[in-house]
Amino acid sequence: MAKVTIKVNGKNHTKTVEDRTLLANFLRDELGLTGTHVGCDTSQCGCCTVHVDGRAVKSCSMLAVQAHGAEVVTIEGLAKKGKLHPIQRAFSECHGLQCGFCTPGMIMATAGLLKDNPNPTEDDIIHGLEGNLCRCTGYINIVKAVKMSAKLMRGKAR
Amino acid sequence: MYALKYVQAKSLKEAGRLLSANPEAKLISGGMTLIPTLKQRLAKPTHLVDIAQLAELRGIAVKGGKLLLGAGTKHHDVATSAVVKKAIPAVAYLAELIGDPQVRNCGTIGGSVANNDPAADYPAAVLGLDATVVTTKRQIAADAFFQGLFTTALEEGEIIVRIELPLPKRAAYAKFHHPASGYAMAGVFIAQTAGGVRVAVTGAGPGVFRWKEAEAALAKSLKPAALEGVKLDAREFNDDIHANREYRANLVRVMAKRALEKLSGKK
Repeated sequence: MAKVTIKVNGKNHTKTVEDRTLLANFLRDELGLTGTHVGCDTSQCGCCTVHVDGRAVKSCSMLAVQAHGAEVVTIEGLAKKGKLHPIQRAFSECHGLQCGFCTPGMIMATAGLLKDNPNPTEDDIIHGLEGNLCRCTGYINIVKAVKMSAKLMRGKAR
Repeated sequence: MYALKYVQAKSLKEAGRLLSANPEAKLISGGMTLIPTLKQRLAKPTHLVDIAQLAELRGIAVKGGKLLLGAGTKHHDVATSAVVKKAIPAVAYLAELIGDPQVRNCGTIGGSVANNDPAADYPAAVLGLDATVVTTKRQIAADAFFQGLFTTALEEGEIIVRIELPLPKRAAYAKFHHPASGYAMAGVFIAQTAGGVRVAVTGAGPGVFRWKEAEAALAKSLKPAALEGVKLDAREFNDDIHANREYRANLVRVMAKRALEKLSGKK
């Protein structure tokens, strides 16, 4: 067992977990943050994407102990004071989802992409979301949502 | 995942000690191959020795005509480094093609080279540039380092510290990636080095290899046409549901030509 302290969405959490606990399971089972989804067992789907120290990572492919001392942001950490984050708003307005299962990962991956590249081309968006799978939409509206996110956020990084 | 003990090493020395004290221990850095492998219960190490945070393994620099990449350097950092882009742009380009953004934010060059996945990208650059793998014990030339399917010259307890890539006159990489996994179905790295033209192929065979017949042909003429009819032994090539041997052999030739077009500045 290992004692782990991780700052999640601005708040420190200390828990004792098995060394083999994945960060995704730590967030879901220990902290009840079930917005981080686990869609596969093979590290391919990207539904579990969160930010660790400002970078998008798959929380199913990292141990909680590896994130000890790190700052994690999950989908629950994006909206502020009940107001949707611009990326959340864009996904909603562009209908960038159907069943919604992949959406938390898509949004966190988009946040990572826009941090590096605030004004992405369509190719940049497709390349930037290669780590995320959606089984419903055919990606058309997801790409639209990312474009709208970029527009909303340009010059107002947060 | 089987139960295991996780230890964060505070130095390379300590990591080495932990490895020799625990024969079934494994090193972890980015974990982009290891964690998925553990999740499938395809490996059962007793310990994970984390070296991701070691400052000794960090750093990107150009020194003495070589690009030095610390083993713990993440793919994203290589892909976006101004130093790498200026020194060997083909290496930054290659790093940008690895996996996906989340993988590039964690995975490291040391991990990729040590793992020697037959479809990984970095081995092609390391072999193509005649690089040196510097470990905690010695310096290993790329030609001696890669020994086929997930096999390298690394001994038990030996840790890669950095990769030293001699600056080529020119270099280019072309990759045909598997549409789902992103791994190379065929990737060809061509470099015009001090020692001549080198052609390294990944993804097609059981491990990265040099296409020496192509090197000989390109020594005379560094043009795509020079590769027509050049012998390519595909007997050991991978043959699976994604592509058969003949198809992969053709991909190698096409990717080599594309790399040459990039070398000469034509897109």
